[in-house]
Amino acid sequence: MSLNPDEVRRITRLARIELSPAEVEQTMDQLNAVFGLIEQLKAADTIGIQPMAHAVDVSQRLREDRVTETDRHIDFQKIAPDTEAGLYLVPKVIE
Amino acid sequence: MIHASLKQLAAALTARRISSVELATLFLDRIERLNPKLNAFITVDRDKTLEMARAADALRAAGSGQVAPLNGIPLAHKDIFCTEGWLTTCGSKILSNFVSPYDAHVVAQLKLAGMVTLGKCNMDEFAMGSSNETSWFGPVKNPWNTALVPGGSSGGSAAAVAARLAPVATGTDTGGSIRQPAALCGLTGLKPTYGVVSRYGMIAFASSLDQAGPMARSAEDCALLLNAMAGFDARDSTSLERAAEDYARDLDKPLNGLRIGLPTEFFAEGMSADVRTAVEAALDEYRKLGAVTVEVSLPNSGLSVPAYYVIAPAEASSNLSRFDGVRYGYRAPEYGDLTDMYAKSRAQGFGAEVKRRILIGTYVLSHGYYDAYYLQAQKIRRLIANDFVEAFKHCDVIMGPTSPTVAFAFGAKSADPVQMYLSDIYTISTNLAGLPGMSIPCGLGAGGLPVGLQIVGNYFAEAQMLNVAHRFQQATDWHLRTAGLCE
Repeated sequence: MSLNPDEVRRITRLARIELSPAEVEQTMDQLNAVFGLIEQLKAADTIGIQPMAHAVDVSQRLREDRVTETDRHIDFQKIAPDTEAGLYLVPKVIE
Repeated sequence: MIHASLKQLAAALTARRISSVELATLFLDRIERLNPKLNAFITVDRDKTLEMARAADALRAAGSGQVAPLNGIPLAHKDIFCTEGWLTTCGSKILSNFVSPYDAHVVAQLKLAGMVTLGKCNMDEFAMGSSNETSWFGPVKNPWNTALVPGGSSGGSAAAVAARLAPVATGTDTGGSIRQPAALCGLTGLKPTYGVVSRYGMIAFASSLDQAGPMARSAEDCALLLNAMAGFDARDSTSLERAAEDYARDLDKPLNGLRIGLPTEFFAEGMSADVRTAVEAALDEYRKLGAVTVEVSLPNSGLSVPAYYVIAPAEASSNLSRFDGVRYGYRAPEYGDLTDMYAKSRAQGFGAEVKRRILIGTYVLSHGYYDAYYLQAQKIRRLIANDFVEAFKHCDVIMGPTSPTVAFAFGAKSADPVQMYLSDIYTISTNLAGLPGMSIPCGLGAGGLPVGLQIVGNYFAEAQMLNVAHRFQQATDWHLRTAGLCE
């Protein structure tokens, strides 16, 4: 398989990464080289094989439902690009 | 003192032959002098380091009973570990202004052990690379020959220890990122069984594969550092609840009767002649030490690189969605609406390799492709893990090369991602299976450069692997060979 420029643009939109038209071409070639490698997977016989999602089979632990974290929003917001009154500022979403 | 082992450093500190402040100063001075040639550190903060060293000295002087065995010994952290009050960049522009408000579990554990942080080591951006060329802070140079790469992604940690800018360092390994740079810089490095070391505060690349481990000059040092790094941590949902163990307990056990499995696939074509010669000489040494070698097979190992380049990018595309210019890190200076702010911040903040992997991951997880790529890769992951289960019925440890070649030149593979990905052909399957793997120096190849021998153990066999490595290091001196820059 091989990606075309439209598909590359679609993925960059999904991934929220802006690419210039020149970068789209170059990225497409590189992605297609990697997909050439990945294509080898298709030939493998995996009928009846359980997918392995994780390295070690353990079930998720549950913990008691109680507060364990302290409020550190001042520390955390000190390193944010833009905040006001304890809120993170971003461009207006709803007009 | 710069060549001293952790044990020797601890003894010198205990006997008050040297103070922690003096020791830290010794290494800080070396960093100041040699780092401009190597670029192994992104951040050094003399005041913070000396403050920690003074605290370690004070604790010892207080003399109220025992101090922890590594108290006062300096180390370097890969810049993937969140370190409170220190810049923590993960080698990326997108985190180039991120001063962490908290400590990773590993950092906290080592602080608790009284170890002194010398600085934060350079690395491939978000640990995505095998040569350290993807760092936004520029490539790290190999101390054995500064025209060559140190390997990656823990290349800064490897170069720092190899050039004796730090006695030991932390690293992380998702597909070979501890073992391959250890091999290329002549070090001993260990990636533990998945779940042994907490991933809390370790910036995530591929969560089902990422694991932290020690990088050092010897198996003994690795064992002592791992003792302080490992342990259960409820904040990592995949951290394993196991009794604490002393990873140094079996170091001196004789190797009589040890069965070493040699996978046919690892000794087929692809390995360069100098690496083969060194690895085979090491196997002869093991036979002299009483081990026997048996042939084993990992028939699906050829699929490990393609399976990895589906699974790791898929997980990365999800993990790296958090970098959006809202809560921390880089935000583009100019943008339109919210989506544009995300897209521009990420376009400007991530480097080419990181973008490539996010895009691969986004694609393989997107509607209509999930079964063909991601699910198929997970099934192959199972086949690869099953191969190891079968192989370990016939042997105690598996050995082979860590990397197909010795250190290569800058630019040799960076233009061709697929060539770069194949640098990790021998290491990736271990991560997919969740097994522990290590690399030890086993000879010198072309250009007098170090060759790494890979040792893969069964689940939780770290103490045995360290024993296997230690006995080799008692019988040989490859791990004592030093890079030209050391003196």
